[in-house]
Amino acid sequence: MSEKFTVEIISPDRLIIKSEATEVTIPSYEGQMGILKDHIPLITFLRPGLIIIYGNEKKSYYVEEGTVEFSNNNLLILTSKAKVLENIDKKSLEEIKDLAKKKLNESEISDKEKYLLSYKIETINEINQ
Amino acid sequence: MPSLDDLKKRIKSVKSTQKITKAMKMVAAAKLRKAQENAEKGRPYSQKMQNIILNLTKSINDPSNAPKLLVGTGEDKIYLCVVLTADRGLCGGFNSNICKLAKINFKKILKDGKTLKIITVGSKGLDQIKREYGKYIVKKFSFKEKKQITFNEAEIIGKEIINLFQQNEFDKCILFYNNFKNVITQIPQAQQIIPTENSSTEDKSDDSLSYEFEPDEDEILEDLLPKNLSTQIFKAFLENAASEQGSRMTAMDNATRNAGDLVDKLTINYNRSRQASITKELIEIISGAESL
Repeated sequence: MSEKFTVEIISPDRLIIKSEATEVTIPSYEGQMGILKDHIPLITFLRPGLIIIYGNEKKSYYVEEGTVEFSNNNLLILTSKAKVLENIDKKSLEEIKDLAKKKLNESEISDKEKYLLSYKIETINEINQ
Repeated sequence: MPSLDDLKKRIKSVKSTQKITKAMKMVAAAKLRKAQENAEKGRPYSQKMQNIILNLTKSINDPSNAPKLLVGTGEDKIYLCVVLTADRGLCGGFNSNICKLAKINFKKILKDGKTLKIITVGSKGLDQIKREYGKYIVKKFSFKEKKQITFNEAEIIGKEIINLFQQNEFDKCILFYNNFKNVITQIPQAQQIIPTENSSTEDKSDDSLSYEFEPDEDEILEDLLPKNLSTQIFKAFLENAASEQGSRMTAMDNATRNAGDLVDKLTINYNRSRQASITKELIEIISGAESL
């Protein structure tokens, strides 16, 4: 019964979602991460990927970056861009992907940026399949 | 004594001014509702962000290794002041209040023998500040052509500030803006954004949890601090936008009421002099008839 915890996704201009969940998977910077109730307090940041919330229903969000804090069974995700997966226009995603690809080929980007960009492309490929 | 015609003209002109102020008030009221909503929606993000940073700060044991953005350069010589104002006037004391507060601070900084650098955002503030402090202005932003200010604009300014910081151009950064309390009260505020100020109370220390960090604290902080800076600026933008509309609404409301009072007064004057001229004509006719 009490296997649930609260999830909040907040962007600078609004509260995107606040709900209960039994499990949430987030694309943390160092890899996909699943969070269940009573996880130890955690602070991490995100790479481009999908946030999946398992609760009464499954909900997926596409994010490009963000910060995550988990404490007292409250998962807080701060992100400037989060989109509900079903509502995403595939065409615009392709555009983002092309842009990312172009950037990836430029020489003067850091390893960190390369890492983030490659994940962006991979995620979009996954979505569009 | 102005002639009847003059009075008539004046009444007409005041009435048309009243129409304008009334319309502006109405527009401001409509915009205010949206701006207020935005400001309220934006608050949780910046608050939570601040909370996370606070928690992170607590877990840092060695302050000398901490990122400079958080603890500052350790010096206190050069101040960068970011003054956020509106691009439009006719909003009461809104712009002046921010500038007044900023100028008090400028004076203090200069008096203490520190170096002052100013970034202005919004054209109204620039106009007020450049007369006295023009030579200290290093950068000016204006988003006049933008209908609504988004996070992107805040990020532009945030990046510029970080850029300057990395070039050791300043030690401390203070942000000036109006905090929106309610429609009639907006409080001009000075907020120190670099180094991050521990504004909240210290007594929260007992519930400080030992966090797991992934990757480590330093890397998270490095990612988070610039973001936090933009967030704080964005929050200031939102508060400012709501304040501007609120301020304009009250100012225009007052102006409409004043115009109404003026019209009443002029109308009485007009009627009085009309009556006087009628009486005068009557007397002339009567005395003319009597003399016959």
